[in-house]
Amino acid sequence: MNSEIGRLILKRLGIAIITLVIVSFAVFFTTNMLPGDTATILLGQAATPEAVAGLREAMHLNDPAITRFFHWAFGFVTGDLGKSYANNMEISTLIGNRFLNTLELAAITTVIAVPFALTLGITSAVARGSLYDRIVTVLTIGVISVPEFVIASTAVLIFAVYLRWLPAISFVNEIHSVSDMLRMYAMPVVTLTFVVSAQIIRMTRAAVIETLDTPYVEMALLKGASRSRMVLRHALPNALGPIVNALALSLSYLIGGVIIIETIFNYPGIAKLMVDAVATRDLPLIQTCAVIFCAGYLILITIADIIAIISNPRLRK
Amino acid sequence: MTNLVEIRNLHVEATTDAGRRIEIIKGVDLDIAKGEIVALIGESGSGKTTIALSLMGYARRGCEITKGSLLVDGKDMARLSEKQRQQVRGTEVAYVPQSAAAAFNPSATIIDQVFEVTRIHKLMPPAQARLRAIELFRALSLPDAENIGNRYPHQVSGGQLQRLAAAMALIGDPKLMIFDEPTTALDVTTQIDVLKAFKSVMQQGGIAGVYVSHDLAVVAQIADRIVVLKDGEVQETGTTQDILQAPKHPYTRELLAAFEPRHFEFSGRKEAAATPLLRIEDVTSGYGQIQADGLPLIRAVRSVSFELEKGRNLGIIGESGCGKSTLARTISGMLPASAGRVLFDGQEMPPASKNRTRDQLQHMQIVFQSADTALNPAKPIEDILGRPLTFYHGMSAQDRSKRVDELLDMVHLPRNLRYRHPAELSGGQKQRVNFARALAAEPKLIICDEITSALDTVVATAIIELLKELQRELDLSYIFISHDLSVVEAICDEIVVMYHGEKVEQLTREGIKAPKHPYSKLLFSSVPKLDPAWLDNLVLEPELVRQYVG
Amino acid sequence: MKQTATTMSAHRFGYTFSPIGMIALAVILFWAFVAAFAPHLVPYSPGKIVDTDFFGPISSKFWLGSDYLGRDMLSRIIMGARYTLGVSLAGVLIATTSGVVLGMAAAVIGGWFDTLLSRFMDAMLSIPSKLFGLVVVAAVGSSLPALILTLAFIYTPGSFRFARALAVNVNTMDFVAVARIRGESTLYLVCAEILPNIIRPVLADFGIRFVFIVLLLSGLSFLGLGVQPPLADWGALVHENIQSLSYASAAVIAPSLAIASLTISVNLLIDNLPRKIRDRSA
Repeated sequence: MNSEIGRLILKRLGIAIITLVIVSFAVFFTTNMLPGDTATILLGQAATPEAVAGLREAMHLNDPAITRFFHWAFGFVTGDLGKSYANNMEISTLIGNRFLNTLELAAITTVIAVPFALTLGITSAVARGSLYDRIVTVLTIGVISVPEFVIASTAVLIFAVYLRWLPAISFVNEIHSVSDMLRMYAMPVVTLTFVVSAQIIRMTRAAVIETLDTPYVEMALLKGASRSRMVLRHALPNALGPIVNALALSLSYLIGGVIIIETIFNYPGIAKLMVDAVATRDLPLIQTCAVIFCAGYLILITIADIIAIISNPRLRK
Repeated sequence: MTNLVEIRNLHVEATTDAGRRIEIIKGVDLDIAKGEIVALIGESGSGKTTIALSLMGYARRGCEITKGSLLVDGKDMARLSEKQRQQVRGTEVAYVPQSAAAAFNPSATIIDQVFEVTRIHKLMPPAQARLRAIELFRALSLPDAENIGNRYPHQVSGGQLQRLAAAMALIGDPKLMIFDEPTTALDVTTQIDVLKAFKSVMQQGGIAGVYVSHDLAVVAQIADRIVVLKDGEVQETGTTQDILQAPKHPYTRELLAAFEPRHFEFSGRKEAAATPLLRIEDVTSGYGQIQADGLPLIRAVRSVSFELEKGRNLGIIGESGCGKSTLARTISGMLPASAGRVLFDGQEMPPASKNRTRDQLQHMQIVFQSADTALNPAKPIEDILGRPLTFYHGMSAQDRSKRVDELLDMVHLPRNLRYRHPAELSGGQKQRVNFARALAAEPKLIICDEITSALDTVVATAIIELLKELQRELDLSYIFISHDLSVVEAICDEIVVMYHGEKVEQLTREGIKAPKHPYSKLLFSSVPKLDPAWLDNLVLEPELVRQYVG
Repeated sequence: MKQTATTMSAHRFGYTFSPIGMIALAVILFWAFVAAFAPHLVPYSPGKIVDTDFFGPISSKFWLGSDYLGRDMLSRIIMGARYTLGVSLAGVLIATTSGVVLGMAAAVIGGWFDTLLSRFMDAMLSIPSKLFGLVVVAAVGSSLPALILTLAFIYTPGSFRFARALAVNVNTMDFVAVARIRGESTLYLVCAEILPNIIRPVLADFGIRFVFIVLLLSGLSFLGLGVQPPLADWGALVHENIQSLSYASAAVIAPSLAIASLTISVNLLIDNLPRKIRDRSA
């Protein structure tokens, strides 16, 4: 580790923090563009003007937007997430377990999808132009081109309707045994794995092909290196940065996928919570969920960028 | 069998992007005796690299060896299985690439890659391989032989990398070495050391070699025999002496003619004009943040002054990174000078082109090195040439069309080329269009920035002739920027030598024979000559080399 | 040398498309036709309950069966094509146009204008699109104009970044430098020198972005947050009829297939474009 690398990493972290601020700002102001008065919406048309005024006071709605933003951001940082409009519950209570459920779903999917997709992506790049490569490519294009709910529906049709192996919906609180758990997680995980893997395969393949076309890989071939040596010794170490980046970008599809998958399988996670919140226009809850998702994604791409910086041989001394 | 290599009736086909197959090697025969160095010479697209690579049983993506036999030490490389080929590569036949900087894996240390061959083919234990590598580094006169291998490729210079690549090829004790334009990317002063190192290791080891190059003078120093290629066919084969002194094929003669000292008539009607056409005074420019003294962080040009009289030509010569192209950009106003003045026809011009009047811009045109990037690929030639006519002269469609024809005539291109796009033209044609566009403005001065360096020798010579001809007809002045002394010599009345951002010397044509500044001496004496004994007889003061070659 | 030969033929004779590309193009044109003439093609009024049964089976009377209220699925899919294609096309047109204009401006003008705009767009890009969609829909609702603007807003940063990268590349070319020191204006540089050289990859990107927008719109509608009843795009049709999934009714499968056929075709068409166009658009 030298100063140049350290400087670049610090710069990258700085950018991530600035981005998060801009993003939370954007989320806060977009949700505050809501036409109509929040207090009136909450209390209904029948509410007395005094009650509306009282609520406005209590919610700091009379303050300028920028003040409210800082108030909200400060609360977010200190763990005071505010209360839901819909049922007046503490948002932290609402999110608590559901957040863990979503993390669980994401983690299981990642553990399955990443090795699976990396293997397919790298092997199809190495066997570029072969029948195997063409099949993988067509399948990934197919999966990428189709909305997540179509993939999920297809999975339901195959595994729940025709084969009757798995239930079509998940209720995590009903788990009594390992086989229960498998059955509960299976459908969401299978669907998400498909969605995320297709992205990873596509991007990994492109990254590896790019390094396979470099003069130093040709040089290795002309030194008599075997195919596996060319790939493992010369192509992959240099493709590491781009591959990690591809992984991080693909995991954003995990977030998009989670939103649909939790809804379709009735999975009690934070994404389902957010979709319901949008339906009821529960602003504080939407804001919190959105910022959690954005922060999660930013953390992923920042880690990927840092790995890319560290693995860049040109920065070594 | 007496020959190490016997190629018979080699055919190679390539698949184009459009899916058509074209033959790029059309029945080539070639013999190489043991210990003999044979040069393959020809312009780009002649198939010289393809033939060299086929000796390793390798064809680049999209290419395929379709016919013929390639015997290397009795084994037919075209018929071997991939596994058998792998065994031959690196041990019997080894390869030195054109750009070592790209051929070294950036994420491994140099020494790891140098003795990788011994590891792949299990030739010797790693400790021994390391010692052998250091021995080779020494033989190739690399500095700090013990430690240089522990660095990463981006940490050593281009000339050193090229020699390290040779070490990487030599470590497997090959019978045949393939050099693929190994010094083309290097500066002349760097090239000398690399060539000397190559020659001495090849002689000591008695290794046979194939030396691919477009440069006849370089090849003359190292090859026993020369094979002249064009369009995938052998034009002529002979010993180096024969080819240089008694060439038979017209194409070979053309190649040689490019080296002949050109008869030179002074371009300048030496009018004693009161004001020079261009005068630059203490110009400094560069890149990066402006410092407290008002100058940029990286000063690519430092306090350069010169004058150019009307109707005369000035050459600016120097090696890569000497600031010659930056100087051209500064004069033209693309990169505003941080200090100093630029006077045109006695009138001071604003440093930035955007502050100059249309008149000032019109009278000074610049022509860039690469016609590929200098011509907008989305426009037909007539639009490219027509725009300056509309812009500067406000011509009507009819006048413009007539003038485009005239311009094409001037640069000796057929008139119907006007309907084509740049991608449909050859390199030489593109450079002519590039030049015609500058002429369209009707300038007094044209700055030519390395306009011949991307072209093959024969084409470049024709372009220089064209420039001279136009100068006689149109009363032009040129500033000619190049790294190639022979080009500058052929057209310029005066030559400015630049080193490290500074003007080290200004010479008249007569003065070229006897430069005074030590760097000019080194630079001029480093230019290869057709004489095969030139390299062996060349003695450079080591002190000088240490000072200026890095 | 061989390169010159191929480009020459490509310029002269246009591009040859692979069979897969032709089929993909045919599917896209088919849906475009359906969307354009939908009111004249529907066998029944799409909003009218015509079947006595809900989730009726495929029959000679109802080619794709009926939906959860007993409306004709075929008619609803034909009308749905209008909303899916129409909203997406409007969205992608706005997104690409604003992205390309801003991207070229940023590349040519440079300086703080470029830095600020790029930083902002990058931040917007770091919000996953579906999440962005949810937030904006929560704020401004899901009327058709609001949906179109939302979709356009979400995909403008991507288009901006793509166009800017291309324009920055072209901007470093010597022919732009030549035009600049000829004294040409910024507008000329952008329109005459840069745009013609990025237009083909931009068009390919337009296709890719169109697929993204179709997917996002369908996703939002599927969540019940996109096109609102009584109107319905294909995603909304799946949403309405999702209960019938457990007995594999055409009411949920047919709109899913419609979406898939459109998006896969666009992607396949772009993937089978001649290399020259595609290369710079990866």
